[in-house]
Amino acid sequence: MRSAPDDITETLASLAIFADLTRPELEKVAHSLEERYFAQDEKVLREGLSGSSFYIILEGEAALVARGKRLGTLGRGDFFGEISVLLGEPPVADVIAARPLRCLVVPGELLREFLQSHPRVCYRLLVAEARKLANVTRRSA
Amino acid sequence: MKHAVISADEGAGGMFRRWPFFQRLLSWTKPYAPFEQGTREYERYDWNSLLPDEIECRALMCRVMDGTSYYPSRLEMERNLAEFANRAGVAVRYGCRWTGTRHDGDRWTLETSDGEFRCQVPIFAVGVAEPWRPQIPGIEEALHYAETRPAETYAGHRVFIIGKENSGFELATGFLQWARQIVLASPSPAKLSINTRSLVGVRARYVQPYEDHVLAGGVIVLDASIERVERTGSTSLVRTRKADSAAELVFEVDDVIAATGFTSPILDLPKLGVATVGRNKLPAQTPFWESASVPGLYFGGTIHQASPGLRKHGIPSNSGGVNGHRYNGRILAREVARKHFGIDPERPVVPRAEVVSYLLHEFTNAPELWHQKSYLARVLIRDEKRGIVDDGVLPLQVFLDSGPADAVAATLEENPAGDIYPVLYTRRGGVSAEHDLPPHPLHDFRTRDHERAVVEALEGLLV
Repeated sequence: MRSAPDDITETLASLAIFADLTRPELEKVAHSLEERYFAQDEKVLREGLSGSSFYIILEGEAALVARGKRLGTLGRGDFFGEISVLLGEPPVADVIAARPLRCLVVPGELLREFLQSHPRVCYRLLVAEARKLANVTRRSA
Repeated sequence: MKHAVISADEGAGGMFRRWPFFQRLLSWTKPYAPFEQGTREYERYDWNSLLPDEIECRALMCRVMDGTSYYPSRLEMERNLAEFANRAGVAVRYGCRWTGTRHDGDRWTLETSDGEFRCQVPIFAVGVAEPWRPQIPGIEEALHYAETRPAETYAGHRVFIIGKENSGFELATGFLQWARQIVLASPSPAKLSINTRSLVGVRARYVQPYEDHVLAGGVIVLDASIERVERTGSTSLVRTRKADSAAELVFEVDDVIAATGFTSPILDLPKLGVATVGRNKLPAQTPFWESASVPGLYFGGTIHQASPGLRKHGIPSNSGGVNGHRYNGRILAREVARKHFGIDPERPVVPRAEVVSYLLHEFTNAPELWHQKSYLARVLIRDEKRGIVDDGVLPLQVFLDSGPADAVAATLEENPAGDIYPVLYTRRGGVSAEHDLPPHPLHDFRTRDHERAVVEALEGLLV
């Protein structure tokens, strides 16, 4: 698995959350955010640990695990960590790389500024959250 | 452990045999500090000396510097490393260039200009000093930072610098008295170290061009994509596009310099499966600086910046600098010895009555914790037979993801408000908990309040 800023820009362009950004905006995002690699079974988020970040999956797969139980799987284009960052609380579950995982990372302290300066990304994130909530509501009904 | 060290260079010094361009480092060694030179506590104020066991090899940077600045010159840093290698008897086969790699079962073969070396464990400490350029049409027309000419040759010129990190601002600072106009450009805003509260960001010594920009004094700091560089006779055109307005700005300049950073010359390692990460394609590593995708292959030195750790509150490690990775190197050596050669010395015991004062001293004075906040931690383990065992300084991430022995990890962290404070991570019966202690205006955590907080956190665990 290799990556270069141009590769990252192309990858970002294909992700729904960045679908409304222009090319210069995509380059700015790719240039300013850090790319992280997690080996299979490596923990990305840890339940109860403060100071976490917001992650967008570029490649690979992650598992949500709480109290030893797998709650779901995330793949390319999905994101996680936003709830704990936005609420200022530690994560309530672990996120573990189910396969080698490559993510773009926004440090928690910078997420507000990032979303405010990219309102279309913020809107897409909101839509995704609404979809998740609707799915949970449907399953509960 | 039996080992061999090879280097393509003709002598000690690494990247400091050439850079930084303007010959003065960003890492300090303070001749006057609260602790005596050569003590462990003094390391907090000396970012450049290496870490020997031998007393006569400690704080060598202090003996090499001429006292004109507490930032050493490039030459002084080169001499520091050469002096260390000489005094500590580090045997290096110089002029031996690594050219290829093979993995044969449990052995590695390194192909070199002097023949082949076979080993069980290779450690690649080849630096991050190979010039790197992004894929921009025409960028080959621009000189890289590594090819910059003497500053006076830019007298009266219009200079366009691609890149707004330390390299770019270092050049801009040096050109201020020479260039007619300086433009620094990259897609994202410049980060200043005083804002990031870390070494990731333009250091204060290089901020003068930014002030010139703010005061409109002939320097332009631009957030824009570089779309194309075109050579037009004796000048160049640089086409840029701003992200916020998509407006095109075209600059006609005399010189274009790509201060776009460096990568690591890892040759054929990616073909062997070594995953790389980031725009500089550094090897992705585990918390113990082993390749994240090829077990048994390790990295040393400044390459450790690609093992970022927890990045709590966004604070990065200092592994890109000597002050950070020198501690990593010591931990790496111990881990390789243990894991691959079964060499695992017995750990010392800490008397129960001394645990609290020991931890408070570590919070206040341990150089490992100060240089590598929320990255390295002092670990104490409860051993059923021996009592409380000092497991040394380890990557915090390893502690958090290991177990199940009852234990505690002590580290320092920093929050978005800029407070630096101690943190204890306890593990009881396999369950981890985080205990943040209060900050202190003088960073002295040996107060009654801190003592009480440590006792409360460790009650029933280690005290």
